[in-house]
Amino acid sequence: MLRLENITVQMGSKKLLDSISVDFYPGKINLIIGPNGSGKSTLIKVASKQIAPTGGNVWYENKKATDFSFQQLARCRAVLSQHTEIAFPLKAWEVVMMGRYPHFTTHPSRADEQAITQAMDYFDVVALAHRDYATLSGGEKQRVNFARVLSQVWYPVPGKLRFLLLDEPLTFLDVNFQYQFMRKLIELEHKDDLVIVGVVHDLNLASQFGDSILLLHEGKAMARGKPAEVLTADNIEKSFQIRPQIFSRGNSNYISF
Amino acid sequence: MQLNKRYTSVWWLLATTLAIVFVCSMSWGAIVISLHDVFSSVSNYFGGHELTLDERIFLNIRLPRAISCLLVGASLAMAGVLMQALFRNPIVEPGLVGTSSGAAFGASLYFVLGATFKFNAGVWTLPIAASAGGAMATVFVFALSHRKEGTQSVISLLLTGIAVNALCLSGVGLMSYLARDPQARSITFWNLGTLSGSSWNSVLLIGISTLVCLAVSLRYAKALNALAMGEDEALFLGVNINRLKISVVAITVCLVAVATAFVGVISFVGLIVPHLLRLMKGSDNRFLLIGSALMGGILLSLADLAARLLLAPAELPIGIVTSVIGVPVFILLLRRNKHYF
Repeated sequence: MLRLENITVQMGSKKLLDSISVDFYPGKINLIIGPNGSGKSTLIKVASKQIAPTGGNVWYENKKATDFSFQQLARCRAVLSQHTEIAFPLKAWEVVMMGRYPHFTTHPSRADEQAITQAMDYFDVVALAHRDYATLSGGEKQRVNFARVLSQVWYPVPGKLRFLLLDEPLTFLDVNFQYQFMRKLIELEHKDDLVIVGVVHDLNLASQFGDSILLLHEGKAMARGKPAEVLTADNIEKSFQIRPQIFSRGNSNYISF
Repeated sequence: MQLNKRYTSVWWLLATTLAIVFVCSMSWGAIVISLHDVFSSVSNYFGGHELTLDERIFLNIRLPRAISCLLVGASLAMAGVLMQALFRNPIVEPGLVGTSSGAAFGASLYFVLGATFKFNAGVWTLPIAASAGGAMATVFVFALSHRKEGTQSVISLLLTGIAVNALCLSGVGLMSYLARDPQARSITFWNLGTLSGSSWNSVLLIGISTLVCLAVSLRYAKALNALAMGEDEALFLGVNINRLKISVVAITVCLVAVATAFVGVISFVGLIVPHLLRLMKGSDNRFLLIGSALMGGILLSLADLAARLLLAPAELPIGIVTSVIGVPVFILLLRRNKHYF
């Protein structure tokens, strides 16, 4: 489990996060939602050890994040960002191979090559392997990055968990890609040693695909639980300052403004 | 699927060119030294026989100069690769963080004020003054652009570099203004770069610096590749960013300060060589570092040959040759890749 314990992040006099405690379990899709400035990205940054919290602890299983070296952490925790630009011409497969960097010193092993081949196959980017990354479309780039990030935690380690953090990975994608992407996540969810935590913008995606939703509001956890419990008209109105209409169809709720 | 690149043909091409250029660089100059002289001078030297004039010229002047060309070229080109990877920008040059201009200031201080302050360490005096200047200017740039949170922004580093460069160059200007005639000539000549002062001392020191820095920087090649995606992504891949930055800058300062200390300011090698290599075989920093060590030597040997031969028996400063080649390449790069800025 990934546990955030009393996390506070303070910038000057402003509290970006105000003593948030939350546990994220494997075998679920944990999604974080909230309006702009509610602290979603800050939360992911703290969880991924990109920034140190002003107060509180991040626990990866029963070890504090601060007790990991950057490389140790990178072997079990991967982070997918909104979009990634690369300063130099690199082939798509070279970018995916970077996911294996924490695992080898100078030359990739057979296992590393196998991991990236399988990850590229999983995200349908094998055909792009020898294309220059800079020439790919936004959707293609993000698939390549997802393959890279997943190859980073490709092999299960017996008795240990793997962690996949997603920081608004859908922001620059078409509807089609967004749904493709979420379906891939659902497939990954069945791996019971993988902790998935993601920030999303789209409330309908969260409602359909999330197993556990955390709603942030002004740096505080406003609600936590199943989509139907969290994404109520009252909660949304209180945090997003706009009242939605909610329609039920089948097992899902649809949110409309 | 093929998941590695075959560099064999590139290595052969570079190694062969290097060998040919090295032989030319040994033979051609104000006097032409035949291959026969080359072999006889070596055998006579070790046999303890009397050396002819040509043989002595070869052993004491031409050979150390040819080797210096390879080492200095390698140092500058490797420093270029490292700086470009660190700044994530293919038009960055080691001169930008103040190393070269700091070294120039240190050297000109020595030329003008060395006698007054009785600062003298024999043949090592000028190299010490120059490397100290280079290292101090770089540390200065880093200290000034350092922010409280312990991070180092690339933009503020570059802008501070510009300011410190300007300061060092006006320092050089002041020294030239104060200098008497022969001192002023030394400053000018040194600022334009020349390999005519090469000796076995300089070969030894530059050789150690080049090889050690190459070995150490190869360990950071993978981390620098990851840095191409930005600091955050590199951090997610397990790179300790602050340690990487400090190490890479330290290696660059060592490479540039030591090379500059002996041969003066030579610009643009660190810009052109990595670019040509990227065109040949992509941006893997392992390949770029080793490749630039070879190609830097080739390019500087060719430039030095041009400097020796164009006005023979007089010599052109090599910095002018590299600038004449480098400036058009730089402008071409700028025009073709507008998105770098």
